[in-house]
Amino acid sequence: MTELIHLPITGLSRLLTTGEISARELVSAFLESIEREEPALHAFLHLDPDAALREADAVDRRRGHGERDPGQEGHGGRSVVPLLAGIPLAVKDVIAVEGMPATCGSRILEGYRPPFSATAVNRLRAAGAIVIGKTNTDEFAMGSSTENSAYGPTRNPWDPARVPGGSSGGSAVAVAARLVPAALGSDTGGSVRQPASFCGVTGLKPTYGRVSRYGLVAYGSSLDCIGPLARSAEDASLIFSAIAGHDSLDATSTGRPVPGPVSAGDGDLAGLRIGVPEEYFIEGIQPEVEAAVRRAIIKLEALGASVRPVSLPHTRYALPVYYLIAPAEASANLARFDGVHYGPRAKAEAVWEVFENTRGERFGAEVKRRIMLGTYALSAGYYDAFYGQAQKVRTLIRRDFEAAFERVDAIAAPVSPTTAFRFDAHTDDPLAMYLEDVFTLPANLAGVPGLAFPVGFDGEGLPVGMQLMGRHFDEKTLLRAAAVYQRETDWHSHAP
Amino acid sequence: MPLTHEEVAHIARLARLNLTPDELERYRGQLSAILDYFAELSALDTTGVEPTARVREGEQALRADESRPGLGAGRLAETAPDWHDDQFRVPPIFE
Repeated sequence: MTELIHLPITGLSRLLTTGEISARELVSAFLESIEREEPALHAFLHLDPDAALREADAVDRRRGHGERDPGQEGHGGRSVVPLLAGIPLAVKDVIAVEGMPATCGSRILEGYRPPFSATAVNRLRAAGAIVIGKTNTDEFAMGSSTENSAYGPTRNPWDPARVPGGSSGGSAVAVAARLVPAALGSDTGGSVRQPASFCGVTGLKPTYGRVSRYGLVAYGSSLDCIGPLARSAEDASLIFSAIAGHDSLDATSTGRPVPGPVSAGDGDLAGLRIGVPEEYFIEGIQPEVEAAVRRAIIKLEALGASVRPVSLPHTRYALPVYYLIAPAEASANLARFDGVHYGPRAKAEAVWEVFENTRGERFGAEVKRRIMLGTYALSAGYYDAFYGQAQKVRTLIRRDFEAAFERVDAIAAPVSPTTAFRFDAHTDDPLAMYLEDVFTLPANLAGVPGLAFPVGFDGEGLPVGMQLMGRHFDEKTLLRAAAVYQRETDWHSHAP
Repeated sequence: MPLTHEEVAHIARLARLNLTPDELERYRGQLSAILDYFAELSALDTTGVEPTARVREGEQALRADESRPGLGAGRLAETAPDWHDDQFRVPPIFE
């Protein structure tokens, strides 16, 4: 059974469709992997093996009743047994799955079980996927290491003394350690791409508005995106195509047509123009990271892409802009956690104390810090100088990308200045932690898609990631370029 | 410019966060350092630049404003810390 957990979703689907394996066998193989690895990793906050096996049996029964693959039998219609039927997946704990807890890594939502599922989760389930559990996250997705989870950190499977990145650290580890073939994360400032990079997996932040945010607990509403983490660009693309598209429950989700899954095929990258922004190869970047990314760019060129320099001159302002806008939005979004609507309530004599005591006792240090920062940036007398100015500079960052995408189809850059760092490296210095996000923040501010995928290892055997950023709604170009790269290289198939 | 203790206490009040004296002092130092670092933003000339509140403005989907069935108040009872007579119950607002 150890073989199964290393296969891509495309391969697993084939085995399920031909009947060589049952969904129960498949789910059991991953549950055994979880049983073996999870105690050392702590990727999950909630697991429901029994429910997963029941769902697997239901999938097997449907296949057994002759509902398999009418398309191949000449009926011409879509398969009755859907694409992801029987594939186990994990979901970051900031995304609602009916029937499971959603703590957001916070004690303020201890015991909370949302009475509904996120649209992305409903779509995965409609495609036949089996949600086997909820993964660990920095509290309310605020962090770059998963150290801010109130339920303890997740460990990097490549080196348990290192962080997995964050905030979707649990999802990245679950995929890297072969506990699931793919998982959902959320990316507000790099929270899918950076842990994907630290753990050696492929992670997509879609275009803002491409995937419904309904059921994603809001952090920075103008930045938040749900995206897949998987072991290849082809697998990430399968999940992306299943969850994307208009949803009337999210007014910012758009009705643009969703492309089908990409495959590497046997073509090359002729015609693809890749820009390399020198602003992303700054002093202080780990030399092995820069070297691996530059080697990957040379490889893309060898595969037919043309490479030219581009400039994104306002890149250095992305950090202060993000850390004013995201906390400002968070301070408003997190006002709903007040000890009245959800979760536990602190002891209080008056209603104001219900709010202040519940929030004071149950939010963690980083969440309080960002609420304070955001409240300050929005407060009377400071609004124009901080929040207003940040929104204007956001416009300049957006225009940088618009200008660059007149000349190129994709922008190649590192995901993070370093590989996975050690626990407690930045816990006393919030600004140093924020600097870990310096290369991922701009895509969120501009709303453009970003795809992280592994392109090598550093001297200590830790994965290095590269990201490709693209035009609004052009995830397909990024996914295809990475799929072709992965056809020709094997960085993505190394297991920790 | 470092924030004063009074300013930090005022922000905590606005944010409805009951913070300990230690927390207030720690956030005073950390927020001061972060805001200092952010000062480079104010040096940038943004005269005539429109603010971005949302990317892809104007692409929001609209729909008819018709009522549709929701989850129902009963489902909220499962998640509220104090639910009584189909309402959220809280301690007194006025003495």
